[in-house]
Amino acid sequence: MTIEKNNAVKCLGLCKVFSQGELAVHALSDVDINISAGEFACLSGSSGSGKTTLLNMIGGLDVATSGEITVADKRLDKMTMSELADLRLHHIGFVFQAYNLIPVLSARENVEFVMQLQGLEAGQRRQQAMEILEQVGLTGMEDRRPAELSGGQQQRVAVARAIVSKPALILADEPTANLDSANSDKLMTLMRELNASKGTTFIISTHDEGVMKFAKRLVRLHDGRIVKDEMIED
Amino acid sequence: MSAGTQLSWRVILRLAWRNLWRNHRRSLIMLSAIALGVCGMIWMTALMRGMVDQMIDNSIKTLSGHIQIHAPGYLDDPSVEHLIPPISKSLALQGLLDSEDVVAWSQRIRVPAVIRSEREVYAVTLVGIDPAREQGLSFIGESITDGDYISSVDDKRLLVGRKLLERLETKLNRRVVLMSQDPENNIAERGFRIGGIFDTDPQATETSYIFAGLETVRKMLNMGTGVSEVSLLGHDYRKLDALKNKTQSAAMENADVKTWAEQDPYMGTMLNVMDGFILIWFTIIFLALSFGLVNTLLMAVFERTREIGLVQALGMKSSNILLMVLVESIIMLIIGLVAGNILTWLTILPVQDGIDISGVAEGLEWAGMSSTLLPALLVKDVLLANAVVLVLGILASLFPAWRASRKVPIEAITRVWQ
Repeated sequence: MTIEKNNAVKCLGLCKVFSQGELAVHALSDVDINISAGEFACLSGSSGSGKTTLLNMIGGLDVATSGEITVADKRLDKMTMSELADLRLHHIGFVFQAYNLIPVLSARENVEFVMQLQGLEAGQRRQQAMEILEQVGLTGMEDRRPAELSGGQQQRVAVARAIVSKPALILADEPTANLDSANSDKLMTLMRELNASKGTTFIISTHDEGVMKFAKRLVRLHDGRIVKDEMIED
Repeated sequence: MSAGTQLSWRVILRLAWRNLWRNHRRSLIMLSAIALGVCGMIWMTALMRGMVDQMIDNSIKTLSGHIQIHAPGYLDDPSVEHLIPPISKSLALQGLLDSEDVVAWSQRIRVPAVIRSEREVYAVTLVGIDPAREQGLSFIGESITDGDYISSVDDKRLLVGRKLLERLETKLNRRVVLMSQDPENNIAERGFRIGGIFDTDPQATETSYIFAGLETVRKMLNMGTGVSEVSLLGHDYRKLDALKNKTQSAAMENADVKTWAEQDPYMGTMLNVMDGFILIWFTIIFLALSFGLVNTLLMAVFERTREIGLVQALGMKSSNILLMVLVESIIMLIIGLVAGNILTWLTILPVQDGIDISGVAEGLEWAGMSSTLLPALLVKDVLLANAVVLVLGILASLFPAWRASRKVPIEAITRVWQ
C-alpha cells in the first residue's frame, strides 16, 4: 500500500492483543487504513469491535502490539512519550465519551487549558475560548465548573476544547453517547461545519445511527477487523 | 524551552491549589498534622535548648565565667601554692581585660577551707572576691536574699549559702570560724561574722562555696599579691576561640587558660552534640509525619488517575504532571508550616518568662537545672525545623508525583475505580 501525500492517518498491519491471564484477546487484527486530510470518518461497530482501541492508538494513547501507525507523517512507534505528548498537543484534539473535563476548572478554563499548554497569551486564549463557547451554545456558562453543567453541556465544553486550538485531526470516541438527539444533532452539525470550513480531519467512533448519517466515510469494524469501508455520498 | 513543554506556574499553582481543596477534610487533617508536628518539633527544641542553656548558664555563673586563667598545676591541686600574679602586674592582660572583647572580669583567691559554727563543721571552698567586679560576672552579686552583699575587698564579713547555713545550724550575723592552709603549710584561721545569705540554683552551690573580700582572705592566708584565678566573660559563650587565643597570648607564658567547656567537658560535649541531636530529633518526627503525607498524596493521585490520563491525552507532559503534584504538596507543606509556626508562637509566648518545674527540679538538680525552665526559641532552630519539613516533605512527595507522571494515558483514562 502506498502512502499518499495528504494522508492524515495511515495504519498498516495494525494488531493489538490484550492479555487477560493466559487468555489473549485480539482487539485489532491486521488493520490497514488510510484516512486523508479533511475526511469526516466514522468508525462503527458493536461494542468490543475495536473502534475505541483503534482510535486510542491513532491518538498515541495506546501502543500497538504490531504494525505501524503514521500520523502527520510521523511514525508513532518511533516516538518517545514526550514527543507523543507534543503531537497530541499540537495536532490532535480529543473528545472522550466520559470523564472529559478537569473538575477543578471552569468551562472556560477547561477550554483554555490546551491553549495554555501551547503557550498562547492570556488575552488570546480568553477571546478564543469565549468565541468557541458561544459557537457551542454555552454563552453565560463560562464560569461554571463541570459539576454545575449537564452531561450534554459538559460534552459541548469538551468539543469546544478539542476544536479551539484548530488541530488538524480530531478523534472523538462516542461523543454523543450522553446527549439527547437534539443536542447530538447540534454537536454533529458543528463538527461537520468545522470539517467543511477548516478542513479539520475527524475520526469518530460510534454505534449511533444518528451520528453515522453525518459521516462522509463509514468504516465498519467487527472483532477487530475492518469489514466494510465506504465513502458516503452527500 | 519550546511551546507546550512548559505549563505556566500560574496554571500549575491554580490546579494544585484547587486540587488541594477537593477533599478539604483530608487536606485539613494533613495540614493539622504538619502544623502540630512542626509545633512539637520547635517546642521540644526550645525546651531542650532552654534546659542546656540554663545548665551552661548556671555553670558559667557559678564561678567559671567564659574563660579562666590559672597558674600551672592549680586545676590538679587547687591550693594556695599555685598562684598567678595579679592583673596589675601584666600590662598586656590588663589591656585585653579592659578591651571591648571582654564584658566583665574579676580575679579571685579560691582555696579549700573548713567552716565551723557553734555546732557543725563543713568542708567548703573559700572564695576571696572583688565584690564590685563580680556584679554581672557570677551569681554572687545578684543572689543575696538576706543581709548585705560585701562592700569591698577589705570587707570582713562572710557570704554563706542558705543551705549551708541550715546545715551549720547558725544564723545571719552569727560568728563562724574558717580554717585553711597558708603558703607555708601552716593552719590559717580567722573568725568571720555572717554578713549575707545567698540563694541560688543549683542548691549544691549553696553548700560548696563561701565568699569573703579578696584582701581579707589574702591577709587571713598570709599571702602575697598573687591570685588563684582570673575569670572573664566574652560576648558569646559559643564563640570563644579567638578570645581564648588572645587571653593565652596576653597571660603569662605557661598560664593555664581554659574555656568553660574545657573546664566542664560534660557541658561542653552536651552543647556540641545538641545541634546534631536536634537534627536527628526533627528527622524522627518528620518520618512519622511523612507516612501521612505520602498516604494523602497517593490517595489524591489515585483518585485522579483518570484525570491525569485526560491531561496526558491533551498533551500535558509527564514533567508538568510531576510538577503539579509536587506543587500541591509544597502548598500543603507551606500552609502547614505557617500554621505550625503561628501555633508555636502563640503557645510559647505565654510561657516566655519560664515554666515552673519545681515539682521535678530537685531530681534534676544534679544536672545543674533550676526550678524554672526558660524555653530558648532560636531562629536557627525554627528555620531548621521548617527546612527539614519542607525538604523531606518534598522528597516524600516525589514518589506519589513520580507515580502520577508515569501513568500510561490509556490505562489511566480507562481505569475503573475499584
